[in-house]
Amino acid sequence: MATKVVSPPTSDPIQPFEKRKSRRKILKVLMGGSLAGVWMSLVYPLVRYLIPPAEANVTTNEALAASTGDLKPNTAKTFRFGSHPALLVRLPNGEYKSLSAVCTHLGCTVQYQPETQQIWCPCHNGRYDLDGRNIQGPPPRPLVAFDVNVRGEEIHVSRKQDA
Amino acid sequence: MSGPEIVRQWIDERVDLREMFAPLMEKTVPRHRFSHWYLLGGVTLFLFGVQVCTGLLLLLYYRPSMNEAYESVQYITNRVAFGWLVRSVHAWSADLMIFMAFAHMFSVAFLRAYRKPRELTWMSGMVLLFLCLGFGFSGYLLPWNTLSFFATKVGTEVPGRMPVIGHATLLFMRGGEDVGAATLARFFSLHVVVLPAITASMILLHLLLVQKFGMSVPPSVEKEGPRFGSKVKFFPNYFLRDVMTWSVALMVLLVLAVTFPVELGKKADPFGSAPAGIRPEWYFLSQFQTLRLLPATILHIDGEVIGALAFGLAGALWVGLPLLEGRLGRNGSRWARISVLGALVYLASTTLYAYFTT
Repeated sequence: MATKVVSPPTSDPIQPFEKRKSRRKILKVLMGGSLAGVWMSLVYPLVRYLIPPAEANVTTNEALAASTGDLKPNTAKTFRFGSHPALLVRLPNGEYKSLSAVCTHLGCTVQYQPETQQIWCPCHNGRYDLDGRNIQGPPPRPLVAFDVNVRGEEIHVSRKQDA
Repeated sequence: MSGPEIVRQWIDERVDLREMFAPLMEKTVPRHRFSHWYLLGGVTLFLFGVQVCTGLLLLLYYRPSMNEAYESVQYITNRVAFGWLVRSVHAWSADLMIFMAFAHMFSVAFLRAYRKPRELTWMSGMVLLFLCLGFGFSGYLLPWNTLSFFATKVGTEVPGRMPVIGHATLLFMRGGEDVGAATLARFFSLHVVVLPAITASMILLHLLLVQKFGMSVPPSVEKEGPRFGSKVKFFPNYFLRDVMTWSVALMVLLVLAVTFPVELGKKADPFGSAPAGIRPEWYFLSQFQTLRLLPATILHIDGEVIGALAFGLAGALWVGLPLLEGRLGRNGSRWARISVLGALVYLASTTLYAYFTT
């Protein structure tokens, strides 16, 4: 049995089939492109909207940490240094030390352990010595140490000048 | 004709109820020595229903702001009649739902029910499990207590350590550089609007796929030949079994919620130290323990970066398990079985290790 070949309609007297096909392709690209443009113009602001604007980065150089009567020897307290917590430690000999309280591992707030006289992060069991050096556990970097100035009854903490 | 019968006939004349429910009426469930494992998916679904109901009840009193969240949960617990019960059931049901989802996943993995043509069912199920974990993570912050504050801090810091996209991810999750009011607002809308909407549509897809392919018969049962072939009708036989299981689950849930009411803890203080004994919910203990055990640096890269990447890679491989098994050819099934057992042993041992050492 002879098979009948169905040829594409080429009867259009004005446009041959091949030419119409290429015109369709151009139209597809134009249509698709403009549709993609419309959607992208929606997606872009959406993604930007989801990521919050950068906060004005006010770098704090100094903060009031405590009054001289606040801490007994071998105790510590946290205080606000700019937008982050910091730690003020009073050593057994009465001297003060201050460090950033943000653990360099995953950002938990560290605490002072009077028994070991070390700084300890309870989140993943990281340890630092009183100079902020990471001595045990997962923390990859030391804690930032601050300068402590006692002026009258006020204990002020500031960023180290040489850093 | 009685009242309900008139209503039924009125509806039937318009939508042909028999045709509508035909797929459920004709559905059968294979019967063999492993068929009780099929019940776990249904229990997970039931517990999700409990979450929706109790969640709606909590929404009546909860206020999602930094200054009111803790106080409103306190109000629900101490002042509202049976508020403690609703909150306790919500918390316990969340734990049980995630436990059941894991049990369901491992039963599917061990019985190798994810094989062709059910790869998409497995993957949609994995998406549902991730959504469950998202529910757990976002809901944990809402009472705004110390524990949840630091859990969220660490939980958002981990993806924040990924190379290139890390910081943008962290900002997207927290709504700012630190965990604060913006984070609470985001987690709240995620927990009560975004995740429920996505989850509902994923559950629909998952159930449609389960309905399309029917229950998988484990290869070991199929090999037994003639003994296999016994089936029970889904409706009403198997459905009644489902309902019985749900009733038992509800009883267990109520006993747990009443005997061990969930605690509220102390209000979060963003500038206070993290308390000793801090740890995340049990279903994140495995990752938590892994992060604790990783050294500070591995090959000059920070340990937690390696950890974050490893979690992502392990998750992706697990989702792709059915495809990987196919790729490995004849040895595929053996590798799959070893990986599934390995995953279970790793998850269970690290979870127990963390549980007993913190």
